[in-house]
Amino acid sequence: MEQRLQRAPVPDPRILILGYGNPGRRDDGLGPAAAEAIEAFSLCGVRTSANYQLMIEDAYDAAESDVVIFIDAAKSGPEPYSVSPVQPAMNVSAFASHVVAPELVLGLSGRVYGHLPRALLIGIRGYAFEFEEGLSARAQANLARALVHIRNVLIGRRAVMEISKGGALR
Amino acid sequence: MIETRKIVIDPVTRVEGHGKVTIRLNEDGSIGETRFHVVEFRGFERFIRGRPYWEVAMIVQRLCGICPVSHHLCAGKAMDKIAGVDRLTVTADKVRRIMHYGQVLQSNAVHFFHLASPDLLFGFEGPVGKRSFVGTIENYPEVAKWAIFVRKFGQSVIKAVGGKKIHPSLVIPGGVNKNLSIAERDLLRNEVDRVVAWCGDALELCKRLIHEDAARLEDFGTFESSYVSVVRSDGAMDLYGGGLRAIGPDGAKIFDGVTPEMYDDVIGDEVRPWTYMKFPYIRTLGKERGWFRVGPLAQVNCCDFIDTPLAENARVDFKRPGRGKPIHATLYQHWARVICMLHAAEKVKELLYDDDLQGDDLVTTGKRRPEGAAWIEAPRGTLYHRYRVDEDDLVTNAKLAVATTNNNEAINRSVNKVAIDYLAGHEITDVLLNNIEVAVRAYDPCLSCATHALGDMPLFVTLEASDGTTIATRARA
Repeated sequence: MEQRLQRAPVPDPRILILGYGNPGRRDDGLGPAAAEAIEAFSLCGVRTSANYQLMIEDAYDAAESDVVIFIDAAKSGPEPYSVSPVQPAMNVSAFASHVVAPELVLGLSGRVYGHLPRALLIGIRGYAFEFEEGLSARAQANLARALVHIRNVLIGRRAVMEISKGGALR
Repeated sequence: MIETRKIVIDPVTRVEGHGKVTIRLNEDGSIGETRFHVVEFRGFERFIRGRPYWEVAMIVQRLCGICPVSHHLCAGKAMDKIAGVDRLTVTADKVRRIMHYGQVLQSNAVHFFHLASPDLLFGFEGPVGKRSFVGTIENYPEVAKWAIFVRKFGQSVIKAVGGKKIHPSLVIPGGVNKNLSIAERDLLRNEVDRVVAWCGDALELCKRLIHEDAARLEDFGTFESSYVSVVRSDGAMDLYGGGLRAIGPDGAKIFDGVTPEMYDDVIGDEVRPWTYMKFPYIRTLGKERGWFRVGPLAQVNCCDFIDTPLAENARVDFKRPGRGKPIHATLYQHWARVICMLHAAEKVKELLYDDDLQGDDLVTTGKRRPEGAAWIEAPRGTLYHRYRVDEDDLVTNAKLAVATTNNNEAINRSVNKVAIDYLAGHEITDVLLNNIEVAVRAYDPCLSCATHALGDMPLFVTLEASDGTTIATRARA
């Protein structure tokens, strides 16, 4: 009797979007704005969180994900956005209750929960960071371009593949 | 002529905001005056003016990234008064309460696990690099697990009723804009038992750490003081609302059952030229003797009992050494804070099994008034808001008294006590630096709130002579 080996279907990766920044500081709100826009896509298997800053409890959600995409505003760097892989770290000197780095969120996920998702950081270029609400026009344009790429990646579930190639989304 | 010298410590680590500490030495080398400075000013009370009163509960959340919910709820309670509402619907009251207990839970978890426990686990003299929450994670992963989950749960409660983490929106004048759905309730029910259990474990850990070093911890930065807290009419701890009670160092009541409208009758503000922070005092005792402490120590000292069983057992245990009198040990704030955290967890559980949270009667209306005042026991202590509005519904005057301001004199006194105990010569040693940090941190001061300023909180030390000449400085970022 012929035995046929059947490959189990590969489940879509569980993706966590962590957009962070202060909407009260204009373009610093790019991260939360991106997370909220992605949430509105209502994509299956994609969870989003918009917050002022990363928190240690984000490690809990990271540990239940296969891929974590951090989205932050960038004060400098490439336009309209940059993408870089994130490696876990526990020895992050800037740690305080108000400052948690993406590397530490990953490090905590691995150290406390024994699971290390793959991760990348998208830095959307911003220009105005004064005490005021509302994104600048240029930041809005950068956000729109970033969202097009992120949406395509998420819909195609190519995030894991892309990250394994070194984090190049473009 | 008496020559004096001054030590300035600026800023303090693991305290939110930005400040510095100055210690003035007398000519003979003894400690003179101690000053806890705050160096920034934001002026929220000014730029609230001219805004419609119904916007205020949302605006004041920008005061603080750590306890925006406390400001949101306190402002909302004041706006109820302006809307002419003295009693909310049962559902609105309970939905607001569960949000508040979620806030108390997550904020006290941040303080105990992230900021205080490293000092207790690794000792005050331990290297700064190790005395951090990362050190706790590396060495006590189980404690880290409690910390992450308890805080996450508190945030989940806030999000369930407030809609989102950034600028949650729940309170409107006279009520709330949503209830807690059955689906939201059931998700939280699944986790609440674990949260209560881990808060209990944190209490046992805190007690063990304190008892292991009790002789030193009881005396560290400690002095007798009066205490002020909101208490329910029957004497129970009620962190959401009630009358204001003040007790003296011996536990005798100074005033009780005070309403927010009577605030200025019982509490005065002293202004000193060297700081933006005011110095509140109990009027009947005067500026010299009327200063007091707020926060977890006051919350536990002022109430007659706690209406949740685990926290009440913990309160009785905590108060036993005082034999009916207040506990004054400054570092026992941490112990009291964990009791309040456990109480908040029990309250959340109680409310999750209360069907009133799924009610539909959310808003009450009344006859408009020109002024509204309210308070709430925020995680750091009594928070007071008062607003006046004109005929066009625009705010014309605002007064915000936050917990860190209420503790201003007490923080200064704790730093002074530590300086007396640990300063040797004119050298700013690591031991002195560490111990001043520990003393300031016991009050969990949120300097962003107190001065209405945003910023980080590193630590500097300067030693000055009476003429302002710098003798020595040290900085720790």
